[in-house]
Amino acid sequence: MKKTIFGIALVFFVAFMILIAVQMRPFGQPTMSHMDDYFIQNTQAETGVNNVVTGILFDYRGFDTLGEATVLFTAVIGVTVLFREALK
Amino acid sequence: MKQMSRVVRTITSLTFGYIVIFGFYVIIYGHVTPGGGFQGGVVVASGFALLLVVYGHKKAEEYLNTNLLSFAESTGLIIFIVLAFLGLGFSFFYNFLTNSGGLFGHMPVSGVNPGDVYTGGLIPLMELAVGLEVLSAMGVIVLILSGGATRIKKKKENL
Amino acid sequence: MVVLNNFPFITVVILISLGIYTLIYKKNLLKIAIGIILMGNGVNLFLVTLGYRHNSIAPIYTNAPEGSRMVMPTAQALTLTNIVIGLATTALILSLAVTIYKHYGTLDTDEARRLRG
Repeated sequence: MKKTIFGIALVFFVAFMILIAVQMRPFGQPTMSHMDDYFIQNTQAETGVNNVVTGILFDYRGFDTLGEATVLFTAVIGVTVLFREALK
Repeated sequence: MKQMSRVVRTITSLTFGYIVIFGFYVIIYGHVTPGGGFQGGVVVASGFALLLVVYGHKKAEEYLNTNLLSFAESTGLIIFIVLAFLGLGFSFFYNFLTNSGGLFGHMPVSGVNPGDVYTGGLIPLMELAVGLEVLSAMGVIVLILSGGATRIKKKKENL
Repeated sequence: MVVLNNFPFITVVILISLGIYTLIYKKNLLKIAIGIILMGNGVNLFLVTLGYRHNSIAPIYTNAPEGSRMVMPTAQALTLTNIVIGLATTALILSLAVTIYKHYGTLDTDEARRLRG
């Protein structure tokens, strides 16, 4: 009984998403690209690296990399706590 | 987990060194060719997982020490945070070594060029710290999951 | 056809809907974990295909072919962060599955419903 309700909701959800995906901006022609044009032009002068993605990840948006390193550290803490008594 | 056959063990002991060296190459050349800290760390950790699958859990624990890997992970994260605080006179995460004469301080040629590894300033040092953290974090996760599962199976067989 | 213009977006919809179907109709805990991982991979594919331009190369200046445009690089940086977050989620959900098996003796979600000490 509950599964049929969820199944009908899933069918409506998939139909809604396909309707959106068909009428989006065509694939290969993105909309506003002012920020990415600035990144591609000025990475070699301001950062000094050849790889634009590494320059974004570690210089322009380094704070996100700090948050991601913390997420990985928290995952290791969680796994160690769950297996504490099996490792004694 | 039992050991695998003798052919598999011989091939693994021949290729394990090359996997670790390739992983460190991907980490340190991350600002010139595709790659970086996270990708290279995962490559080295896949070498550790190969060692764990081929030799079984009991023998792999003699090669890979869990306490040493956990200490290396904490060291990597602390080095990353200290490097972020070093340029605090101007702002947080300030790259003060780029395009100057110090360590990793060459200036790259503008436009298309064959890459120079000595550029980048603070970025290769931060990539080494993140690569060290990712490889030890994944090594610790794989070792603890495998060890816990082995002991649970032994306890259920003894009951 | 109109559909074939945006075929990568249709693939994203198929991946996410398969993940949600696995979450609703399957009972084994490991299959539910696979459904969660499928949904994460679908979102990663969506982020990468949002920033593509026709006839462009990867955003790297080393030995690049002359006079060509580059793909938008911000989407690829966000996808790298999302992959590591998916890895952390997978590690935690697999450890929880092993702990549930140790306490209840079964991986079926219909039988592991009572709280036990």
